[in-house]
Amino acid sequence: MIRENIRMAWLTVISHKMRSFLTILGIVIGTASIIALMTIISGVTDSINEEVATFGADRMTVQIEDASKSGVSVAELERLEAIDGVRSVSPTTTQQTDVYVTAQTSTQSVVGKSDTYFDDSTVATGRGLTPVDLEQQTHVALLGDTLAKEAFPTTSPLGETIVVGGIRYTVVGTLAPSSEFSMSTDEAIVIPVTTALQQFHQNTIASFDIYTEAGQSETVNEAVTQQLTTAFNGRDTFTVTSFEDALASIDQINALLSMLLVGIASISLLVGGIGIMNMMLVSVTERTSEIGLRKALGATPGKIRQQFLFESVLLSLLGGFIGVVVGGLLAFGLTLVMGVPFTLASSTIGLALGFSILIGVVFGYIPARKASNLQPIEALRNA
Amino acid sequence: MTFIEVEALTKTYGLGDNAQTVLRGIDLEIQEGEFVAILGPSGSGKSTLMNILGCLDGYTSGRYRFGDKDVTGLSETELSLFRNKQIGFIFQQFNLLPRLSAYSNVELPLIYQRSSKADRQVRTKQMLTRVGLGDKIDAFPNQLSGGQQQRVAIARALVTNPSLLLADEPTGALDQANGRQIMELFHDLHAEGKTIIMITHDIDIAREATRIVHVRDGKIEKEERVR
Ligand SMILES: Nc1ncnc2c1ncn2[C@@H]1O[C@H](COP(=O)(O)OP(=O)(O)OP(=O)(O)O)[C@@H](O)[C@H]1O
Ligand SMILES: [Mg+2]
Repeated sequence: MIRENIRMAWLTVISHKMRSFLTILGIVIGTASIIALMTIISGVTDSINEEVATFGADRMTVQIEDASKSGVSVAELERLEAIDGVRSVSPTTTQQTDVYVTAQTSTQSVVGKSDTYFDDSTVATGRGLTPVDLEQQTHVALLGDTLAKEAFPTTSPLGETIVVGGIRYTVVGTLAPSSEFSMSTDEAIVIPVTTALQQFHQNTIASFDIYTEAGQSETVNEAVTQQLTTAFNGRDTFTVTSFEDALASIDQINALLSMLLVGIASISLLVGGIGIMNMMLVSVTERTSEIGLRKALGATPGKIRQQFLFESVLLSLLGGFIGVVVGGLLAFGLTLVMGVPFTLASSTIGLALGFSILIGVVFGYIPARKASNLQPIEALRNA
Repeated sequence: MTFIEVEALTKTYGLGDNAQTVLRGIDLEIQEGEFVAILGPSGSGKSTLMNILGCLDGYTSGRYRFGDKDVTGLSETELSLFRNKQIGFIFQQFNLLPRLSAYSNVELPLIYQRSSKADRQVRTKQMLTRVGLGDKIDAFPNQLSGGQQQRVAIARALVTNPSLLLADEPTGALDQANGRQIMELFHDLHAEGKTIIMITHDIDIAREATRIVHVRDGKIEKEERVR
């Protein structure tokens, strides 16, 4: 019986190809826009998450803007490093100084960093700074990605000597291109932070990153804030930014987009559903005599209702299916242009098709009931 | 054995000033295996009577027993199942579904009976062969002549092996030769013991039955045993 219903529904749909197509257009557009938007949103989210993951969601940046006290001392940094859940603290100092590289002198950013900053993702060639460099305040430097490529377009800078503020440094490595989520070091020269403090006659650090154990970022944030508040005598002249904050705001934007999506989807699917209902009502009127004949031959009201419901569900499902294909192609093209990853989740497809079926049932119900309520004699008279 | 029993049956269409009484007290008994013709002029209420006998329409007052069953008060669903099992309909305009092949048209009542596909196949082919259309199984109604279409309709009426065959002007839309073929089929079915009620306004056609019931103005005028 179900197979017969599907066959009958299919026969009816293909015998009115143009009309069926126009009827399901609303569903096609609705489903396609949902699929496209969902795929693009998830692609953008994935690419942001990926970015954050490589850079470390377990990182927070502390910036000090106190007029009376330009930063924290190395000793204070060590106390921060002792907080539970802190993996390491990575200070940053920045100075603009004349630098002499390959027979040219120019003003460059000289950035002081500690050994904790360096790993496979930050060092491109050579080596990073080591605890020995920090302890002994060695005169070694790493060149930023752009600087290295401009100053040494054909040769390797490793082992070359540069002059920073009148002091000779040996280049031991080059840096990987900067992530979008941190201050760029592409043009900079990185030296041990201890060497920098000494050379530029400073004893405090105004900016540093704190790396936390996984999932500890919130507690660490509180502890760091408390300790710094004490250090600055209760003045709130520093900011702690964690990447979890950034992720939270991304989540917020996502939630907003999702709500918008639900709105668009509901409206277009509602319109599509009304289209189907209209078409089915017309169909019931047109086929009054067929319905009467079927009833005379033994179709119960339930069977007639079933037949018309199958038809409306087939229409809406067909619309949903075409919509998934169109939306998928659209999303594929757009993600390609935007350079974000494309993944069409089967759950997304399932959701879209499930919704289509639901629409077919909901909007097909009234026409189907109308058909099933026709009296066989009234229906036959219209032959 | 009395198979169909109608007592004081009336049918009024419309209400109030528009009310029109079409059947005014019909009493009729039909025995199992009878071939009855209901004869009358246009507008006398023949089709109305047939629709009531076929449980396609209700009546205003009176009693209607079919076999040992009182069909009064059956629900829509029960009536559908009853028609499917007990009654085969043949209409003047054939009433085939145009999008379905001869095969699918004949198969339809069996689908509503939930018989298995294999069973449907055997019975459908058998019936189409029986009415002489074994070679037209896959033809669509618009590819068949009027006589052939009516034979498809007869196959459809017979495929569930109903106890009563109801035909409303079965030859009305056919020429002499085709009408003849249909009547021959009816004679065969009657010979096999099928109960047949045939409505007609053609006295020559009516004479082929075993009994003629004359209807005029919604009443039975007289009954006449032919053979
Ligand atoms: N649904 C209806 N509403 C009102 N009047 C009706 C309805 N159906 C039939 N009638 C009337 O009932 C009367 C009998 O109609 P019916 O169709 O039974 O006649 P008939 O004997 O079959 O005629 P014909 O030989 O022309 O087919 C007619 O006067 C017709 O106008
Ligand atoms: Mg009539």
